[in-house]
Order: sequence, then C-alpha cells, then structure tokens
Amino acid sequence: MLPENLPEMIAKRVPQRLDLSSVSRRGFLLGVTASAGGLAIGFRPAQATEATSTEATSDAANPLEAYIEIAEDGSVTVLSSQFDMGQGSYHGLATLVVEELGCGWEKLSVRGVNGNTALYGNIAFGGAFQGSGGSTSIFTSWDRYRQAAATARAMLTQAAAQEWGVPAGEITIADGLIGHGDKAASLGAFAAAAAKLPVPGDVTLKAPDTWTEIGNPDLKRYDRVGKTKGQQDFTLDVKLPGMLTAVMIHPPKFGATVKSVDAAQAKAQPGVVDVVTIHRGVAVVAKDMWSAITGRDLVTVEWDESQAETRGTEQILSEYRALLDQPPQAVARNDGDTAAALAAADRVLEADYEFPFLAHAAMEPLNAAARMNADGTLEVWGGHQMPDLYQHIVSQVTGVDMANIRMHIMKTGGGFGRRAVGDADVVSEAVAIGQAIGWKAPVKVQWTRENDMRGGRYRPAYTHRLKAGLDKDGNIVAWENHIVGQSIMAGGPFGGMVQNGIDPTSVEGASNLPYAIPNLSVGLTTTDVKVPVLWWRSVGSTHTAYTTEAFLDEIAEAVGKDPVALRLDLLKDHPRHAAVLKLAAEKAGWGKPVAEGRALGIAVHESFQSYVAQVAEVSMEDGEIRVHRVVCAVDCGIAVNPDTIKAQMEGGVGFGLGAILREEITMTDGEVDQGNYDLYEPLRIDAMPVVEVHIVDSDANPTGVGEPGVPPIGPAVANAVAKLTGNRIRTLPMAKGMTT
Amino acid sequence: MTKFTLNGTEHTLDVDPGMPLLWALRDHVGLTGTKFGCGLAQCGACTVHVDGVPMRSCQTFVGDIEGASVTTIEGLSDKVAETVQQVWADLDVPQCGYCQSGQIMSAVALLTETQKPSDADIDDAMAGNLCRCATYHRIRAAIHEAANRLEA
Repeated sequence: MLPENLPEMIAKRVPQRLDLSSVSRRGFLLGVTASAGGLAIGFRPAQATEATSTEATSDAANPLEAYIEIAEDGSVTVLSSQFDMGQGSYHGLATLVVEELGCGWEKLSVRGVNGNTALYGNIAFGGAFQGSGGSTSIFTSWDRYRQAAATARAMLTQAAAQEWGVPAGEITIADGLIGHGDKAASLGAFAAAAAKLPVPGDVTLKAPDTWTEIGNPDLKRYDRVGKTKGQQDFTLDVKLPGMLTAVMIHPPKFGATVKSVDAAQAKAQPGVVDVVTIHRGVAVVAKDMWSAITGRDLVTVEWDESQAETRGTEQILSEYRALLDQPPQAVARNDGDTAAALAAADRVLEADYEFPFLAHAAMEPLNAAARMNADGTLEVWGGHQMPDLYQHIVSQVTGVDMANIRMHIMKTGGGFGRRAVGDADVVSEAVAIGQAIGWKAPVKVQWTRENDMRGGRYRPAYTHRLKAGLDKDGNIVAWENHIVGQSIMAGGPFGGMVQNGIDPTSVEGASNLPYAIPNLSVGLTTTDVKVPVLWWRSVGSTHTAYTTEAFLDEIAEAVGKDPVALRLDLLKDHPRHAAVLKLAAEKAGWGKPVAEGRALGIAVHESFQSYVAQVAEVSMEDGEIRVHRVVCAVDCGIAVNPDTIKAQMEGGVGFGLGAILREEITMTDGEVDQGNYDLYEPLRIDAMPVVEVHIVDSDANPTGVGEPGVPPIGPAVANAVAKLTGNRIRTLPMAKGMTT
Repeated sequence: MTKFTLNGTEHTLDVDPGMPLLWALRDHVGLTGTKFGCGLAQCGACTVHVDGVPMRSCQTFVGDIEGASVTTIEGLSDKVAETVQQVWADLDVPQCGYCQSGQIMSAVALLTETQKPSDADIDDAMAGNLCRCATYHRIRAAIHEAANRLEA
C-alpha cells in the first residue's frame, strides 16, 4: 500500500552521494510577489523577473511560494524550508534574514512551508527534495535566505527613495525601520510599492565585518520565551473542532500483520467511537486520549507472524559476530594492499566492537493530525521532516490529489532522526484512520511512549572488527575495518544511494578516515534483519567514531605515544581536524596533571563537514563511570549563531553520553523488551557533565551542528576509562561492556 | 464531579475520577502547556503543582485532587516563577522546548522550598525531569542564577 520508493521524479534526482563540498549553492533566482499590501520575496523561474500577482501562482494546497513575507503592518515572516525539531534551524534562518533585511526581531516570526521543490529543495541533497537532515539546514539556506533578504532590502530601499525623492544610497534600514534624515517608516509602509518594482538582478550582501546578527554571541533564540511559558504549540497540542483521538495497537513483532480483531468490548466502552484496522495495525478512535487508552486495553488482536522477525538481539548479534570472521561482502575503501601489509607487519592489533539498537526516544511521542474539508482539501499536521515525500504518501494512502493536500509543519518535541522516515509512518496512520472512519471528524493519532519505544526505526546494531599493522618503529602501516549491520537506506526511498553494496550511512566516519595510513581497507557486510532501522543523530558516526577513535588510542598505548601527538602526526593533510584537536587539548589542559582518581580521554571526528574534538574528564565511582567535564572544540565554518552552536554541542554531549552509558534496545523472540523510560533510560541531569565549548574562528561557509557534537563523546570517555582502569570497553552500552 | 482550584480559580471536572489529571487538563480543560511524555511518571514532562508540591499529572488522578489547589505552567505567577522563567529565557535554556514546562515547574518548586540549592539539591529535585535535548547544563546554571537573583 505504501511506496517502496520515492516517486520517480524525486528518486532519479536524489544524488548518489551527499558531498557538501561539491554542491553548487547558486543556481536560483529570486522573484517577488505582491501579497495584500505586502511583499513576498522568493523564487520564480528565470523569465519571471517582474512583479506578478500572487493570485495567479498560489493555491490553498501550496501557500505563497516565498522565503520572506513582509506585511503591511511591518511584520516579517520567514518561510522556512528547514524543519525545526529543537536544533534551532528556524532561528538560524531568521538570523540570516534579520541580518540582510534589517527588519529587527520584534515583528519577526518563522513558519515551516513546503510545496515547491525548486524553491525549498535541499541544496545538499542536490535540490531533489525538501528535507532536513545531515545537519544541512544552515548550509542549504546560507545563500538563499541572505539573497532573498538582501533583495527585499534593495527593493524597499528603492521604493522609499522614489517616494521620498532622495537617493537610494542615503536610505537606511535598521531594526524594522526605513529611514532618511528625520523621516522614518515601517518596512510595511513600502512593502506594496516595493512589490511593484523590478527585481534587481544582483544584490550585494553585507560584508562580514558589518554583521550584527551573524556571529553575535549574545543573540538569543527568538522562540525562547514561549517555550518557558508553555505557549509553544506542538502536534500534541493540535486541537480541531470535533477532533477525535486515536491510539495505535502495533504488531508486537516486526513484520507481523493483523489476522483478526475482537473489538466488541472496546466499542462498548464510553468514549470509544470506533476501532479500525489500517495498514500499520489497529487504531482505537475515541473522543479523548484517556478513552482511547482505556479502550485499547479491551481490544484483542490476533497477529499473523509468519513473516515476522522472531530472532532476539542475542541471536542477531551472535550472527553478526560470526560474520566478522567472513570476508566483507563489499569494500567501501581500499588504499594500498592492506592484507599484504598486515601479513608483513611487525605487530598486529585487533579488536572487535559491538553496538546495540538505539531508540530516538524523543520527548514528544510520534503523532499527526488530519482533517478532510468540505471542499475536498486534506490538511495534515505533524513533524513533517520530509514534507514533499509525506505529502506524496498521504496522496497514495487517501487517493487525494497532491494539489489538494496541505501539510502543516509543526515544531516537534525532539527528532534526532526519527521524524525523517521513508514511509511517513505516523502521518500515514493519521490519514488512514481518517479514511477508515469516513472522515466523519478530524482525527489525531497519538502514540503512547510504548508505541514509540517499541515502534522500531532504531539506530541499527553493528559489530566492527578493526586490525592495525605496526612496523618495528611503531608506525601504522595497515588499517582494516570490517563493519557488519543493517542498511538504513536499502529498500526505502533512498535505496538508490546504496551503490555496489555500500550504504554510505553504514560506513561514513570509517571509510573517510582522515589519518595518513598507506594501506587502509574498510569493508561492509549488510545483514538481513526485519527490525526497522533509521538514521539516529549523527548516523554512521554513532559507531564509526567510537571504533576508530577508541582503537587509535589502543594503538597509541601499544606504541607508547601520546594520543594527541599520534593523531597530529597522522593529520598533517587535515588541518581542520588537527586544529580542533589541538584547541580541545589545550583548553582541557591535556598533558597537565589532573585531579586524583581522574583521567582525560580525547577524540576527534568530522561529520557532515563539521569538525569536533572533545576531551572528557572521567572518574570511576563505585564501579560506575562518572564524566565530570567535557571540553569541546568545534569548527563549523562561519558561526552563524554561536550560542546555538554551543547549545548543540552541550546537547550532543548529553545525548551521546546517555547512549554510550546505558541506552540499549533489546529483543526477546522478536519482541522489544523496553517500553518506557524506566528500562530505556536516557541521560538525566545527575549524570550531565560540565561542558565547555570553544568555536574555531573561520571564514569558511557554514556547516551544521545538530549532529556533529555526538560522535566524539563515546570514544573520549572510553579512552579515559581505559587510562583509569585498563579496561578497553568494546561492547556498548558501557554499563554492559564494563562487565563483559 | 470533582471540585478543585486550578490556577487560582475554582473549577469543576465531570470526568472519570480515574482519568489522569494530565488528560483532564489537556483534553477537558484545554490547558496544553502540560505535556505528555511517558504516562508512567518517568519523564516529568507533565509536572504540575498540587498544593505546591510538584506532581506527575500522568500518575495523579482526577479523583485525587478533590479540594486541592493545582497550578500548571499557565498559572505560574509569583516572584520565584517569574524569575525562573526570565532566567530560562536569558540563558536560552530550551531547545525543542517540549519538556521545559515540566522542568520549570520542578525548578520553581525547588527554589520555593530551597533558596540556595546545591548541585546535589538540583540533582535530587530535577533528576525526574528528562530532557532528550540534554539542556541539563543550562538548567543547572539557570537554577543557580535564579537563586542568585532571588537573593539579591
């Protein structure tokens, strides 16, 4: 019922590889429309360089196509192509607009939009589709939104100059006011006039030394106050007149399907409106959440488990361990002759690593709401991280034409990868339930925590085997890494990115190892397991950074070299890695005495073209790992929002630390053991270290920070623990690995 | 019929006394600042004050609050609360913001009870409030800063 692959038109445009360095940021033109006395700056095909009426180009399903709207009252709306799940992308895009437009923050708001791939397609994804992922939101928006804002500024300036009869060069725009001499007016006063002007072909962006917003360390997020007062609305809070609430019963084993349903008792329960079977299970539809939850307890479902995954995680991982003894199925990188170099080496080190399935476990359990209107338009509210794809799936499930579907992009209570899912799981449930009850009322499907925890789409489990060959002087002459695990992309909408048996997300961080080692091979064995998997904050680097950086420390110990000195020797061609490594080491006091009973561990890793090094100061307390302080250095190019960058590094440390210390999804006979935060416990405040963040000064184009803070913390802690205890933890989570 | 005081105003709820206060507040009163995270008192996103004590509203039932005084994030108003919310904004604590109503309810209760909390006091009071964005570093700083401002 659901598409196995993206629509053809999208699929063929998905690049085979995400390589930000080769992406063209240009190739778009700005257009303009008048909007009810205001101005909207956005994209138009090249021929449309003159102002056109909005009526001709927008419709209910795809709202005004633009990046910025300026209303008559001077309010400015940034229309964000990028999704905000807490990482601050809305604030980042707003910063670019405020900087170039001079509109100030007071009358600014940001709204998620979709419906025009040419306008909103992610440049990092070749412009093929709209989506947020891979920490690309600032990357894809850097030129677009600055250009749009600068264009708006130029046109407002021109309009004011004409009206006041003064040279455009004498007009100023700042803090939402257009000024000349003693004249001042709101941006809105000239919006309509500006919309009638031709769009300037070329505008000059502000020089970096005149920036007041970009790089301002004191700038706070525009959305912070509402979030301290309970005023930020999430999908959970969507309430439509007459809306019903649905809760799901999902198959207990992945791949099982509904055989039969006994819902008689539930339907007799007050408040329960209906019980319907849809493509993903059984939905209990009720007048409120509590009625739905209590009704659900009264439903009995018999499942067809003939196609289900029935293995437990012990069995799956034991099969993975055995696969490490076989040659890899595919080779992701092959420099020199690793086998020969290992055979000829003076010494060979070898280590196996094991990583569990991980849940995203965002605070807001998945949800979506849908309403069919009398005019045949369908509205869908949710955390639409890939809105065009979701719109397509909604169309497939309901038969409603794409043009009649309106996606409301909500802010969400976290994401961490979970809301960019190829089958639009919860969104498809909402519209399927709506369809099943004949659209007699708007409906919201709200997963309980157990639905969310047991609903699959985990960071895959992996095993790695690393080998290093050392010559008699202790130089690393060979490096071999064999990775075993499921592909995230195979069989889904991004399956086309799996080339020659290599899913790039399985090997990223390992296949692009920056260290200068002449013979280097990275192999991959992709397993066939029916546990649904997905990207999880920093994706492949969640496991590759751990193995590469922990193993390198083992080598350093074996050859008697300082871990920082060894890395710097191997990073001569990678100055950005080396710079963050040196900065973190220096700020952490690397090489100086540490407090009694404590040790420092370090790691450096690049992900999504941002470079992060972290030093963890660790002690052991009653056999448990205690991380006291983490010093983090980050190079993400130009620091658009320094405080957001710090927040993402702090949060990345906490998110990554929770995962390596305790988090683990296990299965017994195919059924997930953990259902809630009691058994799957993310980091709590009592285990949060002090985090110090140092941002490398850079004039390189900005890259992302949502994910790159996560990878180094695991190996940094592991390396410190090894110093303290001699125990090299190779099985995660550490609570388990300490004892095995 | 359950009678109680909600954010300073007398209120009556005509729902199943076994309904968690969380869902009564959200679905029947229409106050949505209190969030659902786990339903098992494991995450603290649904924290409200019942007679001044921070409680998980997902495990507090309508039948339990007869005659009680309930305060939600929407009803915070005293000096401690105002200071906490101001510091939260000044230190840019929230990321996604979903857990922050619960965090603030717990922090206000802590600072109302303990004027100068230590790190250990903060751990005790706040460890029941999960933040998956891990804004803990700033939560801790914000509580110390709020204590300083309240003392001044």
